[in-house]
Amino acid sequence: MATEAIGWLGVPLGILAGTLRGSAPFLFVSLGECLTEKSGKINLGLEGTLLMGAMSAYAISYLGVSQWNMSPAISPWIGVLVAGLAGMGMGLIHAWLSQQPRVNDIAVGIAMIIFGSGLAFFLGKPFIQPQAPQLPSFELGKLLSSSPIVQSALQISPLFILGVLLAPAMNWFFKSTRPGLFIRAVGDSPDAALAMGVSVKKVRMLCIIAGSFLAGIGGAYLSLVYPGSWTERISSGQGLMAVALVIFARWNPIQCLWASLFFGGAQAIGPALQAVGIDKGYYLFNAAPYVLTLLIMILTCSPKKTLSGAPGALGSING
Amino acid sequence: MRPSLLIPRRQVLRGLLATAAFAATSSKLVGCSSTSTEAGSSGSASDAKPLVIGFIYVGAKDDYGWNQAHALGAQAIASLSGIKLVEQASVPETKEVQEVMQSMIEQDGASIIFPTSFGYFNPHVIEIAKQYPDVQFFHCSTLWQEGMPTNIGNYYADTDEGQYVAGRIAAQTTKTGKLGFVAAKPVNPVLRNINGFIMGARSIKPDIEMKVIFTGDWNVPVKEAEATNSLADQQVDVVGVHVDSPKVVIETAEKRGIFSSGYHTDQLALAPKGYLTGTAFHWGQIYKEYVEGLQAGKKVTDGGIPRFIQGSLKEKYVQMAPFGPAVADAVKQDATKTENQIADGTLMIYTGEIKDNGGKVRIPKGTAYKLTDPALDKIDWLADGVQGSVS
Repeated sequence: MATEAIGWLGVPLGILAGTLRGSAPFLFVSLGECLTEKSGKINLGLEGTLLMGAMSAYAISYLGVSQWNMSPAISPWIGVLVAGLAGMGMGLIHAWLSQQPRVNDIAVGIAMIIFGSGLAFFLGKPFIQPQAPQLPSFELGKLLSSSPIVQSALQISPLFILGVLLAPAMNWFFKSTRPGLFIRAVGDSPDAALAMGVSVKKVRMLCIIAGSFLAGIGGAYLSLVYPGSWTERISSGQGLMAVALVIFARWNPIQCLWASLFFGGAQAIGPALQAVGIDKGYYLFNAAPYVLTLLIMILTCSPKKTLSGAPGALGSING
Repeated sequence: MRPSLLIPRRQVLRGLLATAAFAATSSKLVGCSSTSTEAGSSGSASDAKPLVIGFIYVGAKDDYGWNQAHALGAQAIASLSGIKLVEQASVPETKEVQEVMQSMIEQDGASIIFPTSFGYFNPHVIEIAKQYPDVQFFHCSTLWQEGMPTNIGNYYADTDEGQYVAGRIAAQTTKTGKLGFVAAKPVNPVLRNINGFIMGARSIKPDIEMKVIFTGDWNVPVKEAEATNSLADQQVDVVGVHVDSPKVVIETAEKRGIFSSGYHTDQLALAPKGYLTGTAFHWGQIYKEYVEGLQAGKKVTDGGIPRFIQGSLKEKYVQMAPFGPAVADAVKQDATKTENQIADGTLMIYTGEIKDNGGKVRIPKGTAYKLTDPALDKIDWLADGVQGSVS
C-alpha cells in the first residue's frame, strides 16, 4: 500500500499538508495585525517585519552553532526569540513614527516595508549560502499511519500549534479581560478611552510592538521551518497578504485562524494539481490566493457602507 | 486648538535639507556595496594599466544558483594578472542597471562589462552600449541581432547535454521509476532542460515518465517547496530542477528522503545523501578565453572576438557536478562514457525521431541537430514521457 501511487488522493492530501505546512506565517502576521488594528492603527510594514524576522532567526540559528558553540537543539529557539525581538524593534519605529501629529500610518507602513526588507537584505547577505539548524517538528503521522506520505504531511511544527492556540487566547483576551477592553476602546473611540483614563498612545504603542513581535515569529517560521531557508524572496508578499486577511477575517482572531489556513492551503493547489496531471492553466491556480486577496479588497472597500467589526477609529490620522 | 494645516516654511526647509542629506548618504551607501578586488602582481604589472572588468548580478552572489555560477566564473579570472574586477550584486532588471553600468564605466574605469542577467539586455545594455561605443559588453544570451550596437557580444552555454547525462543517472538510480522536475516557467531554455532530462532517462528506460511542475516564477521558495513535496507525495523519487536558486528544492528533497539533480552550480553540500549530480555552468572557462583575447587587444566591435560564443560539455562551458554517494560505480562509469561520447560528437542528443508529449513528431527521423542549432531555440514543446503542459 505504502509504495503504491496515491494518485488523486494526493490532491486533498497535498492541500491538507500544504495547509499545515504553509499557513503559520499568515497566522502569526494576521494575528499581529489583528491586535494592532484593534487598537486603531494599521501596520502595513509587517511584510518588512516578516523578512527581518526570517533573516534574524536564520542568522542567529546559524551563528549559534557555528560561532557560539550552542547546541543545534537550542540555537533555532534562540533564533525564534531574536526574530520576535527584531520584530519588536521594527514595531517600535512604526509605533513612534505613526503616532506623530498628522502622520499617515499607511505611508509609514509602506516606508517600513522598504526599510525592513532593505535592512534584512543588507544584514542577511552572509547568510544566504550557509545552512542553519532547523526547528524540530512533532511527527504526528508516525502515530497514525505507516505511509511515508501521510507521515510527512503530518509533521507539525510546535510554532504552528502555538499559533493555533494563540487565536482563541487572543479572542478571549479581547472579549473578557480588562486590557482587552482598553484596546477595543482605544480602537473604537479614542475620545471615550481618554475619558476612561487610558493613554491612547501607550496602548497603541504596546499593541503595535506586540503585533510586530508576532510577525517576527512568523518570519522565523519561514526560515527555520518551512520552506526553511533564508533567501531574499522568502516571503514573496505573504506579509502583505496577511494584512489583507485581517479585513477578510473581520478583525476576529478566530476567523484569522480560518483565513490563514485557507490561504496556506491555497498555495498548495497549483503544485498538487500539476502533480496529478491537471496541467492546464496552472498560472490561474497559482494566482488563486492573489485573486482572492483582490476580491476581498474590492468587496470591502465600498465607500457607502462600513464593515461590521471594523474598529471605529481605524487608520484615522492623529490630530 | 488644532494647529493650522499650513506647514511653516522652516519645517519645509528642514525637510528638504533632510531629504537631500539622506539622498546623498544613501547613494554613498549604495556605492559601498560594489566591491572591487584588485589582483595580480602589483610589482611587475604596475606600469601597465589593469583591465577593469565589471560584473553585474541580478541576485546574491552565493545563492547556489545562476548568480553564484557567474560569480564563481568571475573569481576564476580575478586572480589573473592585469585584471581588476568590479562587482555589484542584487541589481534589478530596471533602469538601475543602467546607472550601475554607467558608474562602473565612469567611476571605476571599466572597459568591459558583463551584465549577467537575461533581462538586462533590452533596452538597458543596448542603451548604454550606444552611449559608450568604446566599452565592450558581453551579455549572457543569444539576443544580439543585426542593427544593434556592435560593441555587444553574446555568450551562452547550453545545458541540454548535461541534463541528458543527469537524466541517465536519474533513470538508473530511481527505485519507484518515477521522475519529477520543478521548473519556473515554460520558456525555451527551461523546456530544453526538461526535454534533455527525459530523453536521457528514456535512453535507459524507454517507458519512464516524468512529472513537471511549473511554479510560475523564477524565485518563489514556498511554491518550490510545495512543488517538491507534491512530487514526493506522488512517489517521485528523483527531482530535477530549473529555477533561479535550486537551494529550497534540493533541501526539501533531502528532507523527504528522495534524490535530487541540481542545476547552475554544485549543490552537493545541501543534500549530502540524496544529491545525485547536477548540470553546472563553468563560466570561468568562457571568461578566461575572453580575457586572453582582450589582453591581446582584440575587440568584439571589429570581429576580433566572435559575436557569439556558445558551447556545452565539449568546450567545458558546462560540467557535471560531483557525484553524490547514492550514484553507483557502474552508473558513474556510464555517465563519464556518455559525456565523452557527447564531447567527441558520436552522440547527438537531438537525433530524430523525437516526439512531443502529444504524440506529434517534432524532429523527424534522419534529422539530427547540433546543440547550437538555431532550430533548437524554437522548441516550445515537452518531449514524450513528460507529464505536463506548456500553457
